[in-house]
Amino acid sequence: MAEERKRGVTIVLFSGDLDRALAAFNIANTAAAMGLPVTMFFTFWGLGVIKKEEGRVGSGSWMKRAMNLIDRGGAKRLKLSRMNMGGVGTAMMKKLMAEHRMPSLGEMIAMADQLGVRMLACTTSMALMGLTEKDFIPQVREFAGAATYVSNALDSEVNLFI
Amino acid sequence: MVMKADRTLDCVGLYCPMPIVKTSQAMMEMQPGEVLEVIADDRGIKSDMPAWASKTGNEFLGLKEDGDEIRVYVRKK
Repeated sequence: MAEERKRGVTIVLFSGDLDRALAAFNIANTAAAMGLPVTMFFTFWGLGVIKKEEGRVGSGSWMKRAMNLIDRGGAKRLKLSRMNMGGVGTAMMKKLMAEHRMPSLGEMIAMADQLGVRMLACTTSMALMGLTEKDFIPQVREFAGAATYVSNALDSEVNLFI
Repeated sequence: MVMKADRTLDCVGLYCPMPIVKTSQAMMEMQPGEVLEVIADDRGIKSDMPAWASKTGNEFLGLKEDGDEIRVYVRKK
């Protein structure tokens, strides 16, 4: 891969929906397996995807705490963007995925880490939602703003917003 | 087509992106010139493996289909 032209993939994961997160990690892991540098930037609801399952309810004002109490986040708690049906639809989808031996979102995140996918959390959204570095899974090692993302995007050919 | 593989990866029952991710991991442990055989039944691999090989600089050697089973061959560069 000694090509001069820019290569690489960046994905902004704005959504906190299970289905969208699965699609994002599917593309990220495939690109990483193709030898491309991959950067995932988690912002707004996307932060919920990388929150610890056992995470605390954030900090700050009652509004921030309430937001994290209503939506605890964590890969296991995410819901489908459609057909959630009070959780029944999401449970059925997870069962179907397991029957097809498809990896769970948690397994996809672990795989992304093994494949060297860079995972960045948006510090602005973190502040807004009362989250600190301790609230995230250990695979998230970088905390940054949009300039870091844009800088990565300029060096990449494929830039997705999910 | 008769192919002699140095290593075989069984991906039957696995869907995208697993066969490609496992191929990538297996190839890291292989020596240049060695051939990897991947057995899969997700037909996406027929398009995905040549695409993977062309972007990673490895050589796609071809595939064999036997019913639902697809065997693809790639040589590590």
